[in-house]
Amino acid sequence: MKPINHVAGTAIPFGAKNVDTDVIIPAHWLKTITREGLGKGAFEAIRAEEGNIFDTERNKGAPILIAGDNFGCGSSREHAAWALLDMGITCVIAPSFSDIFSGNAFKNGILTVVLPQEAIDRLLVVAVDQPIDVDLESQTVTTPFQDRFTFEIDPFRKHCLLGGLDEVGLTLSRDAAIKQHEAKIAADLPFLATASAA
Amino acid sequence: MTGPKTLYEKIWDAHTVESREDGTSLIWIDRHLVHEVTSPQAFEALRAAGRKVRRPDLTLAVPDHNLPTTARRDSAGHRIAIKDPQSAQQLAALEKNAPEFGIRLIGDADREQGIVHVVGPEQGFSLPGATIVCGDSHTACHGGLGALAFGIGTSEVEHVLATQTLQLKRSKTMEVRVEGELGAGVTAKDLVLHICGTLGASGGTGYVIEYTGSAIRGLSIEGRLTVSNMAIEHGARAGLIAPDEKTFAYVQGRPYAPKGADWDKAVAWWKSLATDPGATYDKVVVINAAEIAPTVTWGTSPEDTVAIGGVVPAPESFADPSKQEAARKSLAYMGLTPGQKMTDVEVQNVFIGSCTNSRIEDMRAAAAVVKGRRKADNVRWAIVVPGSGLVKEQAEAEGLDKIFIEAGLEWREPGCSACLAMNPDKVPSGERCASTSNRNFVGRQGPGARTHLVSPAMAAAAAVTGKLTDAREFLA
Repeated sequence: MKPINHVAGTAIPFGAKNVDTDVIIPAHWLKTITREGLGKGAFEAIRAEEGNIFDTERNKGAPILIAGDNFGCGSSREHAAWALLDMGITCVIAPSFSDIFSGNAFKNGILTVVLPQEAIDRLLVVAVDQPIDVDLESQTVTTPFQDRFTFEIDPFRKHCLLGGLDEVGLTLSRDAAIKQHEAKIAADLPFLATASAA
Repeated sequence: MTGPKTLYEKIWDAHTVESREDGTSLIWIDRHLVHEVTSPQAFEALRAAGRKVRRPDLTLAVPDHNLPTTARRDSAGHRIAIKDPQSAQQLAALEKNAPEFGIRLIGDADREQGIVHVVGPEQGFSLPGATIVCGDSHTACHGGLGALAFGIGTSEVEHVLATQTLQLKRSKTMEVRVEGELGAGVTAKDLVLHICGTLGASGGTGYVIEYTGSAIRGLSIEGRLTVSNMAIEHGARAGLIAPDEKTFAYVQGRPYAPKGADWDKAVAWWKSLATDPGATYDKVVVINAAEIAPTVTWGTSPEDTVAIGGVVPAPESFADPSKQEAARKSLAYMGLTPGQKMTDVEVQNVFIGSCTNSRIEDMRAAAAVVKGRRKADNVRWAIVVPGSGLVKEQAEAEGLDKIFIEAGLEWREPGCSACLAMNPDKVPSGERCASTSNRNFVGRQGPGARTHLVSPAMAAAAAVTGKLTDAREFLA
């Protein structure tokens, strides 16, 4: 995954609450066996409407999306993260995210920023005609009007995002510890250690 | 960690490979279910990196999402090709990847085939106290057995395949305690829809929920799987129900279940997993089972629930302005008017199936309602889709298929079917469906489809009357 630190530019002032993964990418787009090209299907039902927020001259290709509470709820489909990336979105700001979506976003180098609703309300106003600036290193979101919001992020995720680290590679480097646990399970919980249909 | 622990904490601790100071833990995964939709890119990534599957024996692959629920083999035993080339391609990818990486595959026409979340428990592959993952959010289902089970994305599927572990942060704990007895004709599905309405679609975000209380203990294992299945619909990463004698009786003797001395050891450990007296949860919600009526949804989020005797709510009745706006949009999409009685809402489609409600008890509950009755004329399409080939066999042995067919309902082959519009079973735009599935999202059952989530008995009642109906009217 690509390292990410600074995301600046147009932010789509979407703001909707409980945006589920079927809205982000409907199921018929999940039949692909690759990760590419899903931007076409992103927010398909909304974008079928003339003058929708995603396809205006200004918002097309914007790197930031501002959404409402519980963004990405529903399915575990990582296609939602791939679709956003393919649209050009590398940062989503919302009051909360579904657990699975935020994990999927993280694994694809998309920064999910959690800010309180008041901050979101302010950003939704500013973003209509002004750029937004998100900085991961300093954990801040700023606007041209001296707004400055700080956000929390898990230190491990921050470290991985900044370095663009491959998590599978990181875990494989812990092989000795994994082997030790595997042996412990085999000794203590043999009924879990293997799965065979005798 | 010492002192009293919750069920979640006990399973977590038993599976912790190592914990880091930043709060992330490396967690061992006991069982991994794989289906055709969320796995192709994971296998491709392994291939590209030259990585192997660490423990192919702990992984089981089953196709379910794309499969048509019509016959899959002709009379000569040859495959009937899936018409949609993309669906066929995903199935072909799983059929290639599983053997290539040494993973067992239950094939599309095997008698054990079915929805992964029905197959796992049914095969005894899913066990109490185990960590179970699958690239599908309804993996929460297996928590009904007392397993820590949750959905993961494709990158995590790849991670589990390569390492048999996941990097995770411990969730907060919530107890949802349901005390008392469910009324006659009120089912596990009504209970979980009611919980969705009470907690809201994001009320469980960041939590693992343990469902406790006499009403939960009173549920069958099928009912517990239904409740835990929808933990994700109130935002929880996983649901858990403490394993008890009912659980052990359910698991014992299944193909992958432990046997002999292992079985005794397993039961002893499972008994030790119950939340200790004095252990505390980060949040507790108490629900009175007696207050729950058969429940339906009116909107496009599983939190949009109302008792069947109720009416479509007015958007202004919600305190939160963003919920008012969401409700207005939902009602426009659903074609409903505030104040309209739910029992006046006509349906053109009925879907009985999905990982939430396609086990044998669900089939029996639906059959009991339609037995000796006929599908209403305005119901264009009513299908019953058993969750697995084994559920289908059992139902047929009990004559349930004939009851459905005589009532004018179609009896299908197992699969995800009309839950999610990835296979030929779809609800047409603008039409309504009484559905036993788990999501009423915009477009979930097909573009423009209008979904009302209900229990199997309620779906069957709607098939008979052509309207959303209180199934208790059909109780003998």
